[in-house]
Amino acid sequence: MSLISRYIEEHGIPTVVIGAARDIVEHCGVARFLFTDFPLGSPCGEPWNIVQQRELFQQALDLFEGAHEPMTTREAGYNWSQGDDWKRLVFTEEQPWQDEKTQAEWMARKEEYRRLKSEGNL
Amino acid sequence: MGYVRYIDRTKADYLRQGYDKSYEWAHHEDAPFSPLAKPLSACKVGLIGTSEVAVRFDPETETDPIVEEDFRGIYSIPADMPTERFYSRTASFDRNATHLDDVNAYYPIDRMREAIADGRIGSMPDRVYGAYNNYSQRKVLTQEAPKVLEYCREDGIDALIMVPV
Repeated sequence: MSLISRYIEEHGIPTVVIGAARDIVEHCGVARFLFTDFPLGSPCGEPWNIVQQRELFQQALDLFEGAHEPMTTREAGYNWSQGDDWKRLVFTEEQPWQDEKTQAEWMARKEEYRRLKSEGNL
Repeated sequence: MGYVRYIDRTKADYLRQGYDKSYEWAHHEDAPFSPLAKPLSACKVGLIGTSEVAVRFDPETETDPIVEEDFRGIYSIPADMPTERFYSRTASFDRNATHLDDVNAYYPIDRMREAIADGRIGSMPDRVYGAYNNYSQRKVLTQEAPKVLEYCREDGIDALIMVPV
């Protein structure tokens, strides 16, 4: 998404990225970035927390007007309501990223891609 | 606790799985920047996400409302789709910490609509966009990014909200 953002900016359209993987977005470099320090999957606020989502979205909109140079990062400033344990656990041996079912689905999808490619349908 | 360093974490995860090479994340020292050409309240603002957002439909009576020209390429959804019909197909999220039951937590469609109703943004186009998680940077740069730009230009978009999941 960061690469697409750069391309769109290069062609004259301003963008704001709302994301939770700060290091990945900043490593790539985008014009405006609202960083939400939440687990992957909830970059726009906690599920069903409409008030928080609204505030967060406003912050993203404010960045269109408030950022004056590229690689502007703004921290949304919220803490995950169930604590920070997820930060310690994500992508670790203790807690694998994907369970077996998800892994199997992912492999099946990869296989489908290979098949379509070998048949010249891609 | 500081923020998670996903590049380091995923690198360690790759090595544990027996790969000898980890993913090379895109890196740049600078970034292009386009200023807003007019007040946000006069802008048409687009939305794109990588949460693999899809729409529930009845295959007996309806066709899939998603307009998808390429296999796992950039696609679009009619913007007036009722929110409860949106859902995510992605597996790339922290299933141990959160869930994808509320589309607005990763694809802020209602928040966009509210911002238009409030006059904070001018309007949005008749369709919203989606992208798949793609590991091929070549494909992103040569196919997907130009396609998103094409959508933006066709729809007359002045600014774009982008949400990686």
